[in-house]
Amino acid sequence: MHTPRTTLSVRGLHVNYGDHAVLKDVNVDFPDRRLTAIIGPSGCGKTTLLRTLNRLIDNTEGTRITGEVLLDGQDIYARGADVTGLRRKMGLLSQRPTPLPMSIFDNVAFGMRIHGERPKQQIAERVEYFLRHASLWEEVKERLHQPAGGLSIGQQQRLCLARGLAVGPEVILGDEPTSALDPISTRHIEDKFTELKERYAIIIVTHVLRQARRLADHVVFMYLGEVVEQGPAEQLFNDPQHELTRAYISGSIS
Amino acid sequence: MGNRIFLSDPTACTAEVVAGARLLAVADRVGPDRAWRRAAMDNLMRVVVAMFAWCMPLLLLAIAIGLAVKAMPLISTTPLMDLLTSSEWRPLKGEFGFLAFIVGTVEVTLIAVLLAVPFGVLSGIYLSEHSNTATKRLAVPVLDMLGAIPSVIFGIWGVVLIVPLVRNGIAPFFGVASTGYTVLTGGLVLSVMVFPLITQVVHEVVRTVPNGLRDAGLALGATNWETTRKVVVRKALPGIWAACILGFSRAFGETIAVLMVVGNVVQIPWNPLQAGYPIPALIANNYGEMMSIPMYDSALMFAALLLLAIVLAFNLYARRVLKRMEIRAN
Ligand SMILES: Nc1ncnc2c1ncn2[C@@H]1O[C@H](COP(=O)(O)OP(=O)(O)O)[C@@H](O)[C@H]1O
Ligand SMILES: [Mg+2]
Repeated sequence: MHTPRTTLSVRGLHVNYGDHAVLKDVNVDFPDRRLTAIIGPSGCGKTTLLRTLNRLIDNTEGTRITGEVLLDGQDIYARGADVTGLRRKMGLLSQRPTPLPMSIFDNVAFGMRIHGERPKQQIAERVEYFLRHASLWEEVKERLHQPAGGLSIGQQQRLCLARGLAVGPEVILGDEPTSALDPISTRHIEDKFTELKERYAIIIVTHVLRQARRLADHVVFMYLGEVVEQGPAEQLFNDPQHELTRAYISGSIS
Repeated sequence: MGNRIFLSDPTACTAEVVAGARLLAVADRVGPDRAWRRAAMDNLMRVVVAMFAWCMPLLLLAIAIGLAVKAMPLISTTPLMDLLTSSEWRPLKGEFGFLAFIVGTVEVTLIAVLLAVPFGVLSGIYLSEHSNTATKRLAVPVLDMLGAIPSVIFGIWGVVLIVPLVRNGIAPFFGVASTGYTVLTGGLVLSVMVFPLITQVVHEVVRTVPNGLRDAGLALGATNWETTRKVVVRKALPGIWAACILGFSRAFGETIAVLMVVGNVVQIPWNPLQAGYPIPALIANNYGEMMSIPMYDSALMFAALLLLAIVLAFNLYARRVLKRMEIRAN
């Protein structure tokens, strides 16, 4: 196993909502081509951390952000940083799937159409490619031009995955991406992650410890806005260094 | 505010439930062995609430029936088609053709809506998507207040400001001599009245679009504006359409402000710089005055019925669209 290079790292990050400090001096390295799980009790700032990584947090009023988030060595919060370009490099899966109010086909084509004026033929090919990539093609090929809202929740989440992959990201972010799904759809998505981490850095927030154990190569444990411990999954789960981590993993705090 | 009703029906419901729960709690304290008391209270409340709930539709029905009965003499002697398509208005000879009034109403309304829709829709979207909290805190109450201003004040404002503007500015620009009391003047005044309503409803409707959708658009690399246009507005489109319909039906039935500036001449206004005579103005100006003329009473009632039917139809349609949107949003 080669040592993974880091594409994304967080340095001295503080986030406040008004007077409420939500993230305090967070430092994390997210390894490339690995799956990192961010775990921790509800309200500890996992979602907030994820939203700083692609600057979605910009759209929340009243936030103050200091520190650096380095993507390929560039601080994404530097003045004049290209926010839409940065977001392109980050696919996002949210807690509930968010099909755009348009057809299945148009959902996947959305990003391509926004970013480039590829010819029609090529868009169609790429839509098929990414739907296959997300293991959804066989289920939807007969109804590509029907509204995406008609799909089952599990299918919708795979559609969101296809849509995100279609803009060519380097990193895939997931905020409890399976929490709204049934067990079978959850399996689908988890299998997909295992496959995709060959090519992408994947960062998922999860409060299901078993999921983190199943999927993660690297784990970040947060508590009350601070990163308490981070490291290879094996080490963190089997030999946690910190008392809080031990307590959380054994289930005595949640 | 009347125009909030569409979106706040569910809360009205909760208020009833809360009140009911409180009554039951009081009944409970009387004694646990008096279970029948609670049941009786429950039944009583059910009847009372049902009675209030049924009052509204019954009232509406009563109005419609009252108008229809009074309009009967005219409808039974003149074919409906003639009433609607003839422009001969000679009450003394018993000729009642409503075409001039219908055209006047439609023209005034269309001008108002065509002017108010673009501004109202854009302001509503701006307010929801791109304004900060401070702007909202200022704009939302102001819109509420604009909606609460009595229409006679808009009428006076029209007479003082818009009538001279049309007489000395707009009409001469088109090479027309005009008193300033025209269909266009009516449309302009109306558009200012309808604009806050459309803005308000569009704002409320666009706000119901879940944040997850905005995030999804942005996360794909769309700019704020692209996300608004291609995702948020698209999702809210049925509601935006409903807002326009509500604006239309509000404009259609508006009486006083229009009556004060529109000229009130019985003629088909071939262009907007002529005077017109919309239906609500006809009713308000003449009711009670010319009752000595046979059938006049009946003709005005018919006009009122027509107005009621059209405004109701538009309102019901808009409500249905909003309701469906709300269901889908949850
Ligand atoms: N928009 C917001 N405004 C104010 N406080 C917020 C906002 N979003 C989240 N918070 C607060 O920030 C803290 C962290 O939230 P979050 O990142 O969602 O935690 P997690 O995802 O770990 O459950 C919580 O205390 C929450 O109440
Ligand atoms: Mg969360």
